[in-house]
Amino acid sequence: MSLAECRSAGALEVKFVPDEDVLRHIADDAGIKVQKGKNQLIANPKRFVKKLEAISDDEAQEVLEEKSYVAVLGVCGEESMTNGSSVGGGEVYTFQTPKRSNKMAELASELAQTPGQSAVPDPSKCPEKTAKTPQSSKRSSSSQVQQKTKKNEFVSTTPYRLRKRLADAQLESESEYSASCSEEEEGEEAQKEVSTVLSHQKTPAKTKAVSTPPSRKTLTKKKDNMNDLVEEYFEAHSSSKVLTSDRTLQKLRRKRLNQQTLHDLLQKSPLAYAAEIKELNQQYESLFSKWMLQLHLGFNIVLYGLGSKHDLLEKFRTSMLQDCVHLVVNGYFPSITVKSVSVLNSITEEVLDHIGTFRSPLDQLEFIMKRFKEDSSLELYVLIHNLDSQMLRGERSQQILAQLSSLPSIYLIASIDHINAPLMWDQAKQSLYNWLWYETTTFSPYVEETSYENSLLVQQSGSLALSSLTHVLRSLTPNARGIFRLLAQYQLENKDNASYPGLSFQDFYQQCREAFLVNSDLTLRAQLTEFRDHKLIRTKRGADGVEYLLIPVDDSTLSDFLEKEDEDI
Amino acid sequence: MSTRSLSKGCFVFKPSPKKRKVSRTTAYYFREGSSDLEDSELRFATCQSLQKQVKSETEQIEEELNEQLFDNLVSFLRRSHSAFQEKKTEWTCRTKSREIPTAALVLGVNVTDHDFTFRSLSEVLQNNVTPYIALLEAKDCPGIKNLMQKLLGQLMNCCIDVDSSEEEDYEHVSRSRVRCSMTTLINWYESATKRTDSETPGKKRTSSRHWQSPPVVVIFKDMESFTTKVLQDFVVISSQHIGEFPLVLIFGIATSPMIIHSLLPHSVSSLLCIELFQSLSCKDHLSTIIDKILLTTQFPLKLSEKVLQVLINIFLYHDFSVQNFIKGFQLCIVEHFHSNPLSVLCCQLEEAKRRVNSLSHNQCENVRRLPSFRRYVESQVSEKQIALLTVDSSLKEAVQKLLEDLNVYHENYFPILRCLHVFTSSLPKYPLGKQIRELHCACLENRVWETEEYESSLQLARMLNKSDLVTMLQKCVEILVSSPGREFDEIVEKLKEFLTQFQKLEEAYQERDESISPQKELQKKTNLYHLQKTLLELKESRRSKKLTKFEMLRFEVVDYIDSLVRHYLVPADHKTLHEIVYFNTASVLREHLNAAPRIALHTALNNPYSYLKSEALKSDGGSISNKAPDICIAYKLHLECGRLINLADWLEAFSTVVTAAEGPTADAASSDQVDDVIHARFIRAVSELELLGFIKPSKQKTDHVARLTWGGC
Repeated sequence: MSLAECRSAGALEVKFVPDEDVLRHIADDAGIKVQKGKNQLIANPKRFVKKLEAISDDEAQEVLEEKSYVAVLGVCGEESMTNGSSVGGGEVYTFQTPKRSNKMAELASELAQTPGQSAVPDPSKCPEKTAKTPQSSKRSSSSQVQQKTKKNEFVSTTPYRLRKRLADAQLESESEYSASCSEEEEGEEAQKEVSTVLSHQKTPAKTKAVSTPPSRKTLTKKKDNMNDLVEEYFEAHSSSKVLTSDRTLQKLRRKRLNQQTLHDLLQKSPLAYAAEIKELNQQYESLFSKWMLQLHLGFNIVLYGLGSKHDLLEKFRTSMLQDCVHLVVNGYFPSITVKSVSVLNSITEEVLDHIGTFRSPLDQLEFIMKRFKEDSSLELYVLIHNLDSQMLRGERSQQILAQLSSLPSIYLIASIDHINAPLMWDQAKQSLYNWLWYETTTFSPYVEETSYENSLLVQQSGSLALSSLTHVLRSLTPNARGIFRLLAQYQLENKDNASYPGLSFQDFYQQCREAFLVNSDLTLRAQLTEFRDHKLIRTKRGADGVEYLLIPVDDSTLSDFLEKEDEDI
Repeated sequence: MSTRSLSKGCFVFKPSPKKRKVSRTTAYYFREGSSDLEDSELRFATCQSLQKQVKSETEQIEEELNEQLFDNLVSFLRRSHSAFQEKKTEWTCRTKSREIPTAALVLGVNVTDHDFTFRSLSEVLQNNVTPYIALLEAKDCPGIKNLMQKLLGQLMNCCIDVDSSEEEDYEHVSRSRVRCSMTTLINWYESATKRTDSETPGKKRTSSRHWQSPPVVVIFKDMESFTTKVLQDFVVISSQHIGEFPLVLIFGIATSPMIIHSLLPHSVSSLLCIELFQSLSCKDHLSTIIDKILLTTQFPLKLSEKVLQVLINIFLYHDFSVQNFIKGFQLCIVEHFHSNPLSVLCCQLEEAKRRVNSLSHNQCENVRRLPSFRRYVESQVSEKQIALLTVDSSLKEAVQKLLEDLNVYHENYFPILRCLHVFTSSLPKYPLGKQIRELHCACLENRVWETEEYESSLQLARMLNKSDLVTMLQKCVEILVSSPGREFDEIVEKLKEFLTQFQKLEEAYQERDESISPQKELQKKTNLYHLQKTLLELKESRRSKKLTKFEMLRFEVVDYIDSLVRHYLVPADHKTLHEIVYFNTASVLREHLNAAPRIALHTALNNPYSYLKSEALKSDGGSISNKAPDICIAYKLHLECGRLINLADWLEAFSTVVTAAEGPTADAASSDQVDDVIHARFIRAVSELELLGFIKPSKQKTDHVARLTWGGC
């Protein structure tokens, strides 16, 4: 969706409105007696067209316009690659406009069409009540899609129906939308104009629609830029309630994938555009010796861009650093720390062969800096994958790393991925790091980086947590297992209680006594200490000073665990 | 050895000792990565020497710039110190006064430059005033205890530097054991000064450098970042002991001196006797650097207009850091020598001439490929053209001559530029810019005399008054006389002639004034009618009057300056062989110094075709093709959502798109299988988006994620 905002005075806004949207409006207009509410629902998601250019059917002129449009933009893909700042900031971060949940489905249906073809959603096929289960509708949709695409004459009826169905779920809460009536007006205005345009091409038959170019540009005058933005912002954030459909993944009846099957499945599906990605990588690999040169000249190198840079850095390591002392830090590793445990220790113990401990990381850092300053023959290459990872992004870690990297004989090459990663560094740190930025957009999947990620959102199987739970528990006495079970069961019983603080120690003791698991609170405490050491439980002190016990594992894992335990017994 | 592990995040690789010896030098990598192998060693050597030269030059400039400030500081220290000496003798004074002499050093917002300033400051103090200096940074001092520790550590270490080395062990042990309190500090100070006193006869050199009973200087590098409590405590504690040893504080301030009062309450700040020192502003600093480094013929490498603009923009809009500017310049040097095989000729003229003789055939071809050289060849007669294009020796001759021309051009360019700047910088509204760098950019960009701004500045110059004009001419004469250019004698003569003409004019006026004045006195007694009449006459005469002599002369001067500009300030890219000495790939510089990672991500996600040159991805219009990589599709879909995204919907939409893209190949039988694969791909795309920071898990609703970015699309 190219959009350019010339932020100069009298700013113009140029926007693409895909044909499908335009047609949809007409379709709905034609499909008489559309309720106002419904009209809103299909209102175009984008901020809408205020002035429509007179559009002729003439293809040639279309092309011409396209060209002049590009000229106005002054931005095309090529350019933005070579001089990065040509994409205006406004394009990337505009304020949020209120959006409807069904827009995603709509866009999906748009995208589902093979490019170059446009669809005319048939208004007659617009059933008000499609009470199919999601699963079946899904099935039918995919089969229909296949059917249609085979005929190479695609009509996106099913996604449209799907969208409708989603819309139905929303009908009752529609009044909440009406706040944004300005958008609706714009929509209607646009509709009118579009319909006049369409009256040109009298027969809105499919074939005709196919021949029309996929998108039309429309010039939108942005009236009072600032005012709009402010209003939009507050509109978007006015109500804490966000309207989304209530469907859950459970209803889709998909079995949850665990890490292993996920991995296997992904291995099976071929990597798209492997050849192009390889080409990109080769391009970057030719820079290796330049990187080495610049590292030696006192710069440090940071890689950014979409796609995993792990393999690239790994290749750099194997091809350039074989004969040098180097340190590889996997920033995405969940328990990596700069401070006491990992990075500094690796340097002092393994690189400098120092035996001994330090009082604080600052002392350690000082020691390292001193050693490197004294001994000019010492050289160290540090490769950090994901310098912006959760564990390393803290202010102090960055400070320490920056100071390390400022040493002339430590060469740092790092990668960042997070969109806000540069915000980690203030001026002082940046000057310590002395970065040279290199864009390495690889498009390779983040296999390594996301494999550690605990959440993996909903699909979280918790298999790792589960297996560690069972492992630890298996080594315990039956009584200890019983104690843990009690706690787990109690926690599951309270899983719907959002403000569940945990089980208080006294209650827990009482329960354990009743189950004949412990005979004194001392034994219970000893047991709990053991749990705590294995990070099986967490204690929290409540406002009243009472100790509460919690198992820091999510509920589904916990119930899986209990099921498994039951099986074992 | 693999770096993939479930139990470890840090891997150290050490090559076997015998292998390690084959460590490669920087020159090796220069050669390896260089686009052309020609003369890479020589180029690297030139590059290194140039870098070193620039570095020493900039350091020297900075020292000079700071000299004034440091002198003031030292004299401040002396004053406060002598006060202490006096007080020492007077018991009453000693008990009463508890003010700590404090210097507030306002350094400006360019924090990154401060380090260098402080380093040279402590060097200066160490050499001239006192060995006892402690530099404290906020990040080392989260509490008063750490501060004292750090302070004592630094002071005792610097004491060791003065002392003989055999005592080091003893000092070291005591340091770690010692309780860090003010008393220990005082005791240490007394013993230290006593020791140096007693050793004075033996060590004349050290003691003569420093003052007697040297003050202890504590420098707070970044006063703003210290926590209020630490500062307060330190000031209060040390004020209790100020009578016992001479303590002087120096606060480094980045914002404004008011910060002292907002950080410290009155009761504390009243314990300080603050004197304010202002360092040179970073803008002036930059102008000096540009003046001394870029606007001279001293360094063979020159920056083209765009490159200079990029560097200046980074300075003005991002950090105000002179260090970063210099860093950018250093990067230019490396890039130029690295990427341009002909940069081997980018050195001092004599050396370059010598190098031309030893150019290889390939290099000669490189010269022939230069656009500016081609233009030059085309302008020659045909026989000459053939000779230049085929015979290496004649080419070398020509190149030598051209290099000489280029050198002469630079020698003339800079003084004339300065002269022009003298004129334009005093015009109202500064049509050609206030700073010489702006003028320089304008001149490099295109023919400056064709621009509107130049036109208007000439207009304005024609209206200058005489005294201004004379001083400007004098300045120009000074500039030209002091410059090494050979052709300037004539110009200087001409300018001097103008000056004498002005002088003459002045004398003539004076004479006329004397002759007129008696008349005026006579007219004083006329009536109104006469007065009106004479006034009208005067007015008439003024209108009809042709230009006065002065105005004629002024026009002449301005025209002369104009002719100089047209002759000498030709833009560099009109010169043959300018590619050799001008670095002009501004995009490289911007990419590496001022990158925009978010925009790169945005482009990759929105328009994968710009990276992956596959026809399938080529999409016209605004939308992306449905064959785009998974993450792009997921990103596109998520843009349509508000703050929360329903994962079920997202998955549904995603699979709609993906199945449509794969459409014909997927058969219904294995659809279950396909669904799983799509599911897996979706999971991957979503977790990648999470890693990139577009979404995060949310607990507000089941199976929802929260969006972290605004709008887009």
